[in-house]
Amino acid sequence: MVATAAPTEARIWQLLEEVSDPEVPVLSILDLGIVRGVAVDGEQITVTITPTYSGCPAMNTIATDIRLRLLAEGYTKLTIKNQLSPAWTTDWMSQAGREKLEAYGIAPPVDGTATGHMLNLFGKDTAVRCPICKSEHTHLVSQFGSTACKAHYQCDDCLEPFDYFKCHA
Amino acid sequence: MLTQDFTNATATSATEPSLLFPFVLQLADTSLILAHRLSEWCGHGPILEQDLAMANIALDLLGEARSYYQYAAELEGKGRTEDDLAYLRSAVEYRNPLLVEQPNGDFAHTVVRQFLFDNYHYHLLKALKDGPDTHLAGIAEKSFKEAAYHLKWSSEWIIRLGDGTAESWQRLDKAIAALWRFAGELTTPAPAETALQEIGVVPDYATLLPAMQAYAAQVLAEATVPEPTAVFAQQGGKIGRHSEHLGYLLSELQYMQRTYPGMTW
Repeated sequence: MVATAAPTEARIWQLLEEVSDPEVPVLSILDLGIVRGVAVDGEQITVTITPTYSGCPAMNTIATDIRLRLLAEGYTKLTIKNQLSPAWTTDWMSQAGREKLEAYGIAPPVDGTATGHMLNLFGKDTAVRCPICKSEHTHLVSQFGSTACKAHYQCDDCLEPFDYFKCHA
Repeated sequence: MLTQDFTNATATSATEPSLLFPFVLQLADTSLILAHRLSEWCGHGPILEQDLAMANIALDLLGEARSYYQYAAELEGKGRTEDDLAYLRSAVEYRNPLLVEQPNGDFAHTVVRQFLFDNYHYHLLKALKDGPDTHLAGIAEKSFKEAAYHLKWSSEWIIRLGDGTAESWQRLDKAIAALWRFAGELTTPAPAETALQEIGVVPDYATLLPAMQAYAAQVLAEATVPEPTAVFAQQGGKIGRHSEHLGYLLSELQYMQRTYPGMTW
């Protein structure tokens, strides 16, 4: 193990930028907005994370990845904390993250369209831009997609099916 | 049993843990059993998108159940873990209402069961998220957002089936006749709930009913099916008196842990 200088919060944030989301590897966990806090007390480092959805199966992998990344720098006194409240929202996703998502082929969340607190039965589908041909002519196939955080859309122009990262606020 | 590489942040609770424990366990059992039922559809859904939808809803409920079990284990303080509570209790110790253990039946039965649960779940979480127990409120705040997606899904399917073909209308009507009797138990407080309602930790269910009933009436009207009236409330699950279905469900859910005690993966 390399001898390392005492950790600083800034350094830890920098290292967390290098930990990617296991389901959407183009996004760092900071882009996704799931790191809620970093606390450094001498050698002791505490990283607080929050799940996107209650059943997110990636939480354990993310915690392990954070641990491995920090261990690689010689930091050994680590606590990873899971915190539910305040509940995660796509508002915490960074602008850079949104751009990376679209470039990766997943439409980023359209703000202000959360199902949230108003049940709009058979309402108009959220207008989502196709991440491949950029057409606005798309339709919702299913509110539930390949992972809990995504809905399933199809483009009416290029006909490609695609994932849409749901607005969750 | 899943090993976990993180610890849960704990929130403070001013409520007597022994009062809160049975209620949190009841919520956990309820979400776990329904998640298991929905997961039985995996690979058998009528179309791929709906197969995925049910698996997604099951996953949300399973995640919610884990949060409750972890909290319940902490409240109990006897060294039992979330896994012990889920995998090593028998049917008579389970506290879920009868509705969620009912078999899937045809798709209409699954949709009606889901609709009755979602309508209750959504309104309950809406109240719990502003409740005085901050740990419970944190779980409710998280799950409330997900419950909105679930209620939208089941409501739209009630309408689609009812306002669909003669065949789908008839199946929906049959499912309603079979399952509506289990709705009453959801909002009839068991002793564990009454104790918490008295100290304001759990909302008085009478305050949730007007919104729930108005919503159900509106969805059924759009679905062109008559709303059942004066339905007898079949109950017992919340005090451990279950239908025969729960034993079979648990024998499958708990099989690995019972056969290979203490196994992890």
